[in-house]
Amino acid sequence: MSILDALAFPFFQRALVAGLAIAVMAGLLGVFVVQRRLSFLGDGLAHAAFGGMGIGAFVIVSSGLVGSRLGLFTQPLWFALPFSMVAALVIAWLRRGTRLSSDTAIGVAFAVSVALGVMFFSLIPPDMNLGVSAMDLLFGSILGVRGGDLWLILGVALGSSLVLLLLWGRLGYATFDDELARADGVRTDRLELLLFLLAAVIIAVSASVVGVILMAAYLVIPAAAARLLARTLAQMTVVSVLMGVVSTLAGLALSFYLDVPSGSTIVLTQAALFVPAALFGRR
Amino acid sequence: MASDRHHRLSAVSAVPALHVHQVTVRFGDATVLEDVSFDLPAGAFLAIVGPNGAGKSTLVKVALGLVVPQRGHAALFGEPAGDHAERVGYVPQLKTFDRTFPATALELVVTGLRRSWPARVRPAEAERARAALERVGAAELATRPLARLSGGELQRAYLARALVRRPELVLLDEPATGVDFLAEHDLYDLLERYQADSGATVAMVTHDLAAARYHADMVLVLNRRLHGYGTPDVVMCEECLQAAFGHKHHGHALSL
Ligand SMILES: Nc1ncnc2c1ncn2[C@@H]1O[C@H](COP(=O)(O)OP(=O)(O)OP(=O)(O)O)[C@@H](O)[C@H]1O
Ligand SMILES: [Mg+2]
Repeated sequence: MSILDALAFPFFQRALVAGLAIAVMAGLLGVFVVQRRLSFLGDGLAHAAFGGMGIGAFVIVSSGLVGSRLGLFTQPLWFALPFSMVAALVIAWLRRGTRLSSDTAIGVAFAVSVALGVMFFSLIPPDMNLGVSAMDLLFGSILGVRGGDLWLILGVALGSSLVLLLLWGRLGYATFDDELARADGVRTDRLELLLFLLAAVIIAVSASVVGVILMAAYLVIPAAAARLLARTLAQMTVVSVLMGVVSTLAGLALSFYLDVPSGSTIVLTQAALFVPAALFGRR
Repeated sequence: MASDRHHRLSAVSAVPALHVHQVTVRFGDATVLEDVSFDLPAGAFLAIVGPNGAGKSTLVKVALGLVVPQRGHAALFGEPAGDHAERVGYVPQLKTFDRTFPATALELVVTGLRRSWPARVRPAEAERARAALERVGAAELATRPLARLSGGELQRAYLARALVRRPELVLLDEPATGVDFLAEHDLYDLLERYQADSGATVAMVTHDLAAARYHADMVLVLNRRLHGYGTPDVVMCEECLQAAFGHKHHGHALSL
């Protein structure tokens, strides 16, 4: 069977489209995340999403809404989204409003979220079939993307990429030097808040579909590799998106031929692109 | 030089380039600036002097609208500080700079034209940016990655960035730090030339009292409070400086 036969399967098409959508928005966001030394933010918010999904799953199960006709709205994602956004706001506030550094702030949100997630998932009776388990949420399955999820991802990818591209110049300026940007009239505090909220949305939605681990990889590895190859922020942005796209295509194809899990193959493909960049890239 | 300077000062409008009114700034419970007031006439060259921690940088940031004072206010050309960024060129005090940021010196200078980070530098922008770099004696830096610049080269790039927009007010915070300008005289030359063809106002924080006395129209002596403001010969007397600096100020600087 060739890759063309695989492309005939709707689940493979959905995986491909979802992966490319995530690659584009995460690649754009990743540039600012990496340059602002917020790489850990991806993990923090993805785990916050996990915490939110735990709460969501518990609420859905205990309110007897499982399998009801409310469709999309009974998915844990709708709890994950606001929960990650709140976590993003808390992290932003801890950074600006206290003397804590961002990695400490993220670490706090991270630990609390995972604890909440594990706690609430454990409260769900084991015989309840939600269609998602804690393991699914952590490791996800890009081949298991459903039709409704796909539209959600595409919508978020389109919206967030548009916002990131529109604000690129100001975000870049504020990332380079917050004070200079402020002196030139850029509202860097608002911009940072927006960046964090955008990260929360992108990460919660992507993580709920492809899993926390794959999401964190999409956010950081392509941008980090791009940093090693680029001379300018614009080049870094283009290369970051391309790395994500190429690793999605190559990863899915490889996982198909080798019959190995798609998520980890994509991460390893990203690593395979990152290693030569680290070895041969600019200092 | 003194005579055309007077001519220039007398020819300008009545609206001061920088108006600082009863400004008090506190950080936590530390009062950094206390009741500072002065008017800087348009076209003047001001030197701001004072010991370390005197609040000089804070005063510059108040003028830029970066620091909002607890009391009082600052106005530029009669309008609230921070409202007209495009009319101001700012050279920050030498700062630790993120050497992992992928950028060229030319791009940094272009931020002075765009007030945002350039995705692609247009030919017209590149031309102006190169001319600005040339003016500060750093033409060869244009295509160099920022990460490869020395501290002094970086200061020159920041100076070019401030001047490229042809500001009406130039605010410089110890711009000569680490730069091999000949005892700041080159720097003053450069700024005076810029002033001569643009009519701009310059305010510069400096520790070189000798150069300030020689070049500046006005000197502001600061140590939390305003210890003196006026022409160099009036303000830079031994007592004023001693009161501000809190110790006897030795050295050739004052005996010029
Ligand atoms: N953002 C801030 N938060 C708290 N304290 C600050 C802040 N900025 C400045 N300070 C304090 O205000 C005082 C004045 O600082 P400022 O940088 O204005 O001094 P300066 O005159 O420029 O000194 P230097 O000659 O060393 O540059 C210092 O004691 C400094 O610690
Ligand atoms: Mg200072």
